[in-house]
Amino acid sequence: MTEALPRRRFLIGAAAGTAAVTTVGAFAAPDIALAAPEAAAPEAKPETTPTGQVATAPDYVPEPMRILTATEAAFITAAADAIIPADDLSPSGSECGVVTYIDGQLAGAYGAGARMYRAGPFSTPQQGAGEQSPLSPLEFIRAGISAANTWVKGKYGKELDGLEPAQVAEALKAMDGGKAEFAAIGSKPFFNALLQLVMEGYFSDPMYGGNRNMASWRMIGYPGLPATYADKIETYRGKRYEVEPQSIADFS
Amino acid sequence: MAKKLNEVDVVLVGMGWTGSIMARELSKAGLNVVALERGPNRIPGEDFTLPNIRDELRFSVRQELMQDPAQETVTFRHATDKSALPMRRFGSFLPGDGVGGMGTHWNAQTYRFLPSDHTLRTDLTKRYGKKKIPDDMLIADWGVTYDELEVHYDRFEKLCGLSGKAGNLRGEIQKGGNPFEGWRSAEYPNKPLKPSMAGVMFEKAATELGYSPFPAPAGNMSASYVNPEGVRLGACQYCGHCERFGCEANAKSSPNTTLLPVLVKEPKVEIRDRCYASRLVYDKAGKKVTAVVYVDLRTGEEYEQPAGMVFLSAWVFGNTQMLLHSGIGQPYDPKTGKGVVGRNYCHQIQSAVGVFFEDKELNPFMAAGSLGMVIDDFNGENFDHKDVDFLGGGYIALNSTNGRPILNRPVPPGTPRWGSEWKEATAKWYRRAASMNCQGSNYASRGNYLDLDPTYKDILGRPLVRMTYNFTDNDRKMSAFLTEKGAGIAKAMGATHISANPRKGDFDVVPYQSSHNTGGTPMGTDPKTSVVNRYLQHWDAHNLFVLGASVFPQNAGYNPTGAVGALTYWVADAVVNKYLKNPNHLIKA
Ligand SMILES: Cc1cc2nc3c(=O)[nH]c(=O)nc-3n(C[C@H](O)[C@H](O)[C@H](O)COP(=O)(O)OP(=O)(O)OC[C@H]3O[C@@H](n4cnc5c(N)ncnc54)[C@H](O)[C@@H]3O)c2cc1C
Repeated sequence: MTEALPRRRFLIGAAAGTAAVTTVGAFAAPDIALAAPEAAAPEAKPETTPTGQVATAPDYVPEPMRILTATEAAFITAAADAIIPADDLSPSGSECGVVTYIDGQLAGAYGAGARMYRAGPFSTPQQGAGEQSPLSPLEFIRAGISAANTWVKGKYGKELDGLEPAQVAEALKAMDGGKAEFAAIGSKPFFNALLQLVMEGYFSDPMYGGNRNMASWRMIGYPGLPATYADKIETYRGKRYEVEPQSIADFS
Repeated sequence: MAKKLNEVDVVLVGMGWTGSIMARELSKAGLNVVALERGPNRIPGEDFTLPNIRDELRFSVRQELMQDPAQETVTFRHATDKSALPMRRFGSFLPGDGVGGMGTHWNAQTYRFLPSDHTLRTDLTKRYGKKKIPDDMLIADWGVTYDELEVHYDRFEKLCGLSGKAGNLRGEIQKGGNPFEGWRSAEYPNKPLKPSMAGVMFEKAATELGYSPFPAPAGNMSASYVNPEGVRLGACQYCGHCERFGCEANAKSSPNTTLLPVLVKEPKVEIRDRCYASRLVYDKAGKKVTAVVYVDLRTGEEYEQPAGMVFLSAWVFGNTQMLLHSGIGQPYDPKTGKGVVGRNYCHQIQSAVGVFFEDKELNPFMAAGSLGMVIDDFNGENFDHKDVDFLGGGYIALNSTNGRPILNRPVPPGTPRWGSEWKEATAKWYRRAASMNCQGSNYASRGNYLDLDPTYKDILGRPLVRMTYNFTDNDRKMSAFLTEKGAGIAKAMGATHISANPRKGDFDVVPYQSSHNTGGTPMGTDPKTSVVNRYLQHWDAHNLFVLGASVFPQNAGYNPTGAVGALTYWVADAVVNKYLKNPNHLIKA
């Protein structure tokens, strides 16, 4: 518990830097999240620049985690913000809700190993035969974070979330290349799984907690729903089709 | 002990395209049909509705409509000297599940095979001599010709309401269609879809190069359509959510939109969903099957359903597993080359050519599963193989299937996978990229086959199917050739960046390639090398028929389902008009 407090502060502090959130104590976070539901979003329609890019950051409020520990959430936050750094194109991964998304996925059926063949015997992966881990995705990510932090600490003296952004990127690059030596779990399969989850959180419909304010859809120019183009495919042939994106919540 | 039920005329195992067509045809002929489907019922108006049907995470990434690997998967190895490991998730292909099967969530690119694809060994031998065909290439004639199947291709196309343009009407070449296709008795039932920007660019470039581009034959309705069953399909909205999704507009041909509205009202058809067939009861001496054993997944109770006739319509792995597990027919042994069940297993040698245009707006999200422009100049026997060191080929298409952002946001080669540079490239290229698809054939090889895994089991306790499969030299050479031609078109389109990715190295079960798996229960003229005869009737059980792409002796350079649909109507016709009059072997072995 004593460990957890500063980590939560880190999460909130990181958010406060780019979004208009008053820093609050760690244990107040749940209330804030409840008091600022997604439904408040329509009022805060972001201004789009002529190129359709986001001018303002979404209101980011770190939310309570369902299943990730503070250490795990801090690791994923640091990783998500290196994978999707804040810039003119969009807020950072965590500001876009990627950590909330990943927590939600790992706390649910996906994290528990739904839709996976999980029977033994197990053996090390063979080239071309896909992942063979006996672990559920939740436990795989957990074991990976633990191995990653051990490796990062050995190399940099601190865990991932304590590093400077350039060092975070350097450490992740080593994992991406399979060059970080983890005990038991390969750094590359771990990074692949993490990258996949971060990208899902960044690009999926906002109802899963990520892609807040449809920031990624604005960035690339994906209009979202309802996606009925029979009357547009010819008129917009070769011309940019630019609209305010809409998500599932806008039609529910 | 399985509870024994009263005998019915027909039991079908699996309720995808093949099961649905057969249920319709046999009930029309007056037979009582029971269809067992291990997955749930799927009703478009309830299961596929806006806004939730546009959920890419749920349907495309988490694959909600597909077979659950926890229930059943396949194991995989590259060669017999390795031990196989289970596919713990599906990747390279996505088996279907539930009423409608894969047809619920396919793209509906619906081709006819070339006449020569049906008589491949004969045609290749005639054209190049026997020596051109490698000894370990197990290609074969189907035993039924294109001319015999034409009327059945036509029926399937009318059932689907395909949008397209004929290239060969009764022998006369038509402008704007595929000049290489076999003759057709009629124009497509629906006019072609409106092409995408990328499609228009492809068409122009291909024409300049002297090729013959044509609109991809599409099970996406260019206009609302009433099929011969009296069922109305809606007009396609170009929403870009076909593959892996159901269609909320009923604008994509599928069993659910073309046949099931009729079947659910038909008293002679009973669809038992969530009923998992485990094996067939085989009377070896009598050369027939007598019943299908299944488990009702709602209760866990086991039943034995006696039947006058049984149709396997459980797709490639399901059909093969059912025969092997029930001990019907001799399993194939790659060492001796003897045996038949599991033989001729093939996939599709697909490759992609990514194209990026600095100064073009492509709106990739304005799309449809079969919205594309195609050339067939390098498919099958459409070109001379005399001077090349491989056999086969494929079409090359620019399909605008979707711009769904989780899985489809290409960046030029050399771009990092994450970080600022990746973001910048993604923001820049998402709207300016498209992909060409080289739909390469896969000619059967002696070492590629299916059998039962000695270790891993499904939820019913049956051995999983074990896939032993790898690309062959022929495949790699064919893919290099075809992909190179695709890159040539990309160049002519004026692409800023081109990323050509021929199939190289070894097969990998992770990246999606296609769900065009074929073989395992090949059809043919000789019971020593085939499982079923030209009517898809089992050589060793006259009241057992096997439907679907598992009967292909090899895979052609097309998506399979047009040919699968035609074959299913062909079998229905033979059963109703021949078999019912004299229930016995239609061909003497
Ligand atoms: C994403 C995707 C895109 C595709 N796009 C195209 C395309 O554009 N063009 C094309 O030509 N083809 C395409 N295909 C392939 C096409 O969908 C199939 O060829 C076709 O639908 C197969 O029909 P089928 O009846 O043979 O098998 P299926 O549709 O697979 O039906 C078999 C059914 O049997 C059931 N079953 C299996 N085992 C059992 C058992 N033991 N007991 C009870 N039930 C069982 C399954 O649940 C399933 O519903 C695509 C496939 C996928 C997955």
